[in-house]
Amino acid sequence: MSTPLAALDAQTIVDAVGLGAVYALMAVGIGLVFGVLRLVNFAYGQLVMVGAYTIAFTAGWPVAASIAACFVVVVALSVVMDRVLFRPLRGQSPAVMLVATFAVAFMLQAAALLIDIRDGTIGEIATSIASFNQAIVVAGVEVRKITIASVVVAAVALGLLALLLARTTIGLHMRAAAADFGTARLLGVRASRVIAFAVVLSGLLAATVAVILTVQNPFVGPDFALRETIVVLVGVVVGGIDRLWTATLGGFAIGFATGVINGVLPTDKSVYLPSAVFALVILVLLVRPAGLFAWGRRAAERV
Amino acid sequence: MTMLEVDGLEVRYGAIPAVRNLSLDVGEGEIVGLIGPNGAGKSTTLHAITGLIPAHSGDVRLDGRPILGLPPEAIARAGVALVPEGRRIFADFTVEENLRLGLAARRAGDGRGALAEAFDLFPVLREFRGRSAGALSGGQQQQLAIGRALVAGPRVLLLDEPSLGLAPTVVDEVFGALVRIRERGVTILLVEQRAQRTVALADRTQVLANGELRMTLGPEDADDTAKMIAAYLSG
Repeated sequence: MSTPLAALDAQTIVDAVGLGAVYALMAVGIGLVFGVLRLVNFAYGQLVMVGAYTIAFTAGWPVAASIAACFVVVVALSVVMDRVLFRPLRGQSPAVMLVATFAVAFMLQAAALLIDIRDGTIGEIATSIASFNQAIVVAGVEVRKITIASVVVAAVALGLLALLLARTTIGLHMRAAAADFGTARLLGVRASRVIAFAVVLSGLLAATVAVILTVQNPFVGPDFALRETIVVLVGVVVGGIDRLWTATLGGFAIGFATGVINGVLPTDKSVYLPSAVFALVILVLLVRPAGLFAWGRRAAERV
Repeated sequence: MTMLEVDGLEVRYGAIPAVRNLSLDVGEGEIVGLIGPNGAGKSTTLHAITGLIPAHSGDVRLDGRPILGLPPEAIARAGVALVPEGRRIFADFTVEENLRLGLAARRAGDGRGALAEAFDLFPVLREFRGRSAGALSGGQQQQLAIGRALVAGPRVLLLDEPSLGLAPTVVDEVFGALVRIRERGVTILLVEQRAQRTVALADRTQVLANGELRMTLGPEDADDTAKMIAAYLSG
């Protein structure tokens, strides 16, 4: 019989890194919109869900076309969300905006159920891209192709985003808007443009996550990505939501921790996974209430 | 020619009027001072002109075009630049990034050239261009805030107490910079607490008390102590 520590092998680490990468992508998507709108978009998971359904419903198409459709639908839905919901509510209290995104989340979920149930069953299977879930063996460790792909995609996407924010004018404007929107507007930074840009970027990230998660779990239902979103939101808060990179690290950390705990827990005890993860979250917040990655002055300011 | 025209401006916080029936003109290339005791409505006037707070009634025109009621970014893009009270620089950004943010309101033309001009006006900014702005001294941050407003190529520059909280020698630097900016033909509306220096610098200075204009002073009044005291006690 193996001890829990012995289960912490290369296999577990690889899976945990893969999970962390996907959660980091979701965390960036949530953090980008939070940065410019001070809005926690609880409906982010439903963007991913809609993307997954798009892939499932276009299973007869060539894979590239199916993925392209996923991107188009998710980004379009993000923009509609901004125009119909975020823009009229801009400047309202964070609580009002959060509750509004709850409403959108459940509305989208209900709408998905209505569309899904027309064939008499709940759930659709995204058959076309399931083959990417096959494993290859690298140095004795089984790695699923999608794990490699998700780590690479996350690294490239985060790298491009970092470059965009650091080097371009629109990136500078987004950072300024996140730091002090009032002063940024006073300097001529166009609020609607910056917000629309952040929303489109977060939509692109949601579509990317939709593709990865659908490969990992081709069974798409109305609650697709719901559990992941809740865990990522917690990770973002634990990392420190007021900065993009701490939010991203928080997303990665909670994904990695979930992967490790999942690997360490005996198979018949996996029902305790969420309890273990959230117990860890409580511990972290007790020790570092300002956020896991908040240091120095900022940590002191928030305490 | 009148560049900025404020006509019958009234601003209220709730039911309380902070600015009452205020009218003033700033001609092209002119420096107009706006002085008065704390709470007189000086900053409120600037905030209403720049769209940060809504006005209750009145009109503001830039080169004849009404701008009251536009969002702040549209007013900035129309050519009104504000050096806000407390400077409001982005402390985590580099000096150069702060200046580049000022280009957001630039309507057209050479952004690189505008940065070079700001660097010529404030050489310390060129020296520290790669440093984080939060590491600058108070006076250097004020120079950065003024430089950031200037790179937009504004038609009118508004300054809200640029000497506030600065050491006397640094105040000299700031006023010296205003003289050099005036020489470049920039139209300026300067809100200040330092009455004597403002009156001495400006072409005309308006005295504001309890939200109303009380009198107009010229540079020749700067050394007229009785008049200066009367201006301040008139509220």
